[in-house]
Amino acid sequence: MATGTEERVSAAPARRGAYARHRRTVPYWLTAPAGLYLLVFLVLPMVILVYTSLQSGGLFGGLRFSWAWENYTDGILQYKTQFLRSIVISGIVTVACLLLAYPMTYWIAFYGQRWKSSILLLILVPFFVSFVIRTVQWRFMLGDNGLIFGPLKSLGLLPQGFRVLATPFAVVAGITYNYLPFTALPLYVALERIDKSLVEAAKDLYASKWQAFRRVVWPLSLPGVFAAFLLTFVPATGDYVNAAVLGGPGTRMIGNIIQETFLHSVNYPLAAALSVVLMVAMLILASIYARVLGTEDETLTAAI
Amino acid sequence: MPEVDVRLDRVTKDFGETVAVDDVSLDIPEGEFFSLLGPSGCGKTTTLRMIGGFEEPTRGTIYLKGRDVTDLPPYKRDVNTVFQSYALFPHLNVYENIAFGLRRRKVPKDEIDQRVKEVMKLVDLVGFEKRRPSQMSGGQQQRVALARALVNRPKVLLLDEPLGALDLKLRKQMQLELKRIQSEVGITFIYVTHDQEEAMTMSDRLAVMRAGKIEQIGPPEEVYENPQTEFVASFLGASNLLEGELKESANGVATVLAIGGTVVHLPAERAPFRVGTRVKVGVRPEKVHIAVDDGTEPPPGFNSVTGILRMSTYIGVSHQYKVEGPGGHTLTVWVQNLGDTPPPHPGDRVRLAWRWEHTFAVLPQEGLVLEEEE
Repeated sequence: MATGTEERVSAAPARRGAYARHRRTVPYWLTAPAGLYLLVFLVLPMVILVYTSLQSGGLFGGLRFSWAWENYTDGILQYKTQFLRSIVISGIVTVACLLLAYPMTYWIAFYGQRWKSSILLLILVPFFVSFVIRTVQWRFMLGDNGLIFGPLKSLGLLPQGFRVLATPFAVVAGITYNYLPFTALPLYVALERIDKSLVEAAKDLYASKWQAFRRVVWPLSLPGVFAAFLLTFVPATGDYVNAAVLGGPGTRMIGNIIQETFLHSVNYPLAAALSVVLMVAMLILASIYARVLGTEDETLTAAI
Repeated sequence: MPEVDVRLDRVTKDFGETVAVDDVSLDIPEGEFFSLLGPSGCGKTTTLRMIGGFEEPTRGTIYLKGRDVTDLPPYKRDVNTVFQSYALFPHLNVYENIAFGLRRRKVPKDEIDQRVKEVMKLVDLVGFEKRRPSQMSGGQQQRVALARALVNRPKVLLLDEPLGALDLKLRKQMQLELKRIQSEVGITFIYVTHDQEEAMTMSDRLAVMRAGKIEQIGPPEEVYENPQTEFVASFLGASNLLEGELKESANGVATVLAIGGTVVHLPAERAPFRVGTRVKVGVRPEKVHIAVDDGTEPPPGFNSVTGILRMSTYIGVSHQYKVEGPGGHTLTVWVQNLGDTPPPHPGDRVRLAWRWEHTFAVLPQEGLVLEEEE
């Protein structure tokens, strides 16, 4: 290809210049649609968000920009419980998702054979039904006298006061269920990519099944674990549907607070400030995590 | 008589309906360079994988040094494998790749270090300790794979088409290298390949496999000079084969009447068949003399046919001729380019002659499809 262009050089230098200039701009043209889209619908809202978070005033007096940093300090102080709770719940959810998804995707990637794609599709089937509807279904199932606990209680197998709904457990279980595919897919991709002959090679080199996993499969799947972590942890922290539908007053997460502040209290600056805090907190946590887990050296130490 | 290292006793492997390896028995003595040779799908790799412990035989027994290992997993066998795709661990550097087996066996750290360094010297990789496999060329990766297996000092080394991914020049170089390493470490090598030249240059003995069965087993010269089946005659090198019928076998000389009326003689022990059997008689292209036909009969002890020279190809070191012989058979002749006689020209009537003892006879095999040798 390069020689082809060079041959053209001597023949028609002018044309070659145009051609080369054109070629250099091609990548930009290809990324332009997405770039424009993100500019309008991501960057611009971000700017507006940060701008709003520094405004003061109320709905009636009108909002004005006043470098109102107190929105941040007030927000953090007022809602630090919910912030912490969100991170703890999301952390538990992420660990639960990884524990559930890893063995499952491992099995699909290594033993699924020609059923691989069909099984993978099964993981995605729940997505065909709306997220909210699925979560509301859980409400029926886990209700104090609902499908599961009702009969168990009338049979006397569970005490009358037993409840799952409106407990942190219900929220964790709901989010885990809803985000499991986000964990499973990157894990599957990472595990699927591992050359199966590496496992044979490990066994040939005196590694038992467990050691072959521990020294070869696990370290090579770490990038997938990392991606799965981010794709689960970050959105799970901001989730508010599960806490709203399955939780109670004691399980409100920061997502619920932001939603209420926006829609009910109509305190835009505070809600915006809370959103920015959440976003920055996620960025910081993710980069700490990347430092600890995401490097190649870690893969190496895990293997030796 | 050296000790038998590997013994396969009537080993069969079925994959569902297909029989990959069909009742194979095999003895490989200690220190031998043994090759399993055959086209793809002939069962050679499955045989190797059973020795390595990656496949379990459906029937039969595998012994290593006299011990039944048929049911042992790979990590409990004193055997190491060099995989076709090398299967180097991408997340480990060269040093750690090589040390992998020793670490699993809990060898003390300083012994690991000493043994890894030793083997890296053996395969000429000193200085590459910190490299990742992805940062190395195919030939270097090949050496890492070899070192990773050899460092464990296995009793037997299994090699599954280890040079398949290398270009021709590198392959030739690695063939010699492998031979050198084998003679230096002195352990048994079982080498799987579909490249007949590779098998011939490297092996002490080789087994030609087809459709799950061993067709012939022996030292390369023996298998080449005296192929026992039509498949071996065509797969290992090239052969001119003439269909015919065994007419007589007396006084140590067998006589075959080939289609087209040609009478071919060969030593009787090379045609151990009943008189009247349909056979194919063969001769290797390089064993045949070619000359423009001037009516002179060849000297006694030679078979001879006449034909029309159809094609002459100049290769440099040799001439290759295609001659249309009696009965429409095409015969191939390779003549070393000595340069002392003028070569015959296409269209010439030529006489081909070869010694009786360079002739062999095989039974015709049904359904043989062989690609034309270059």
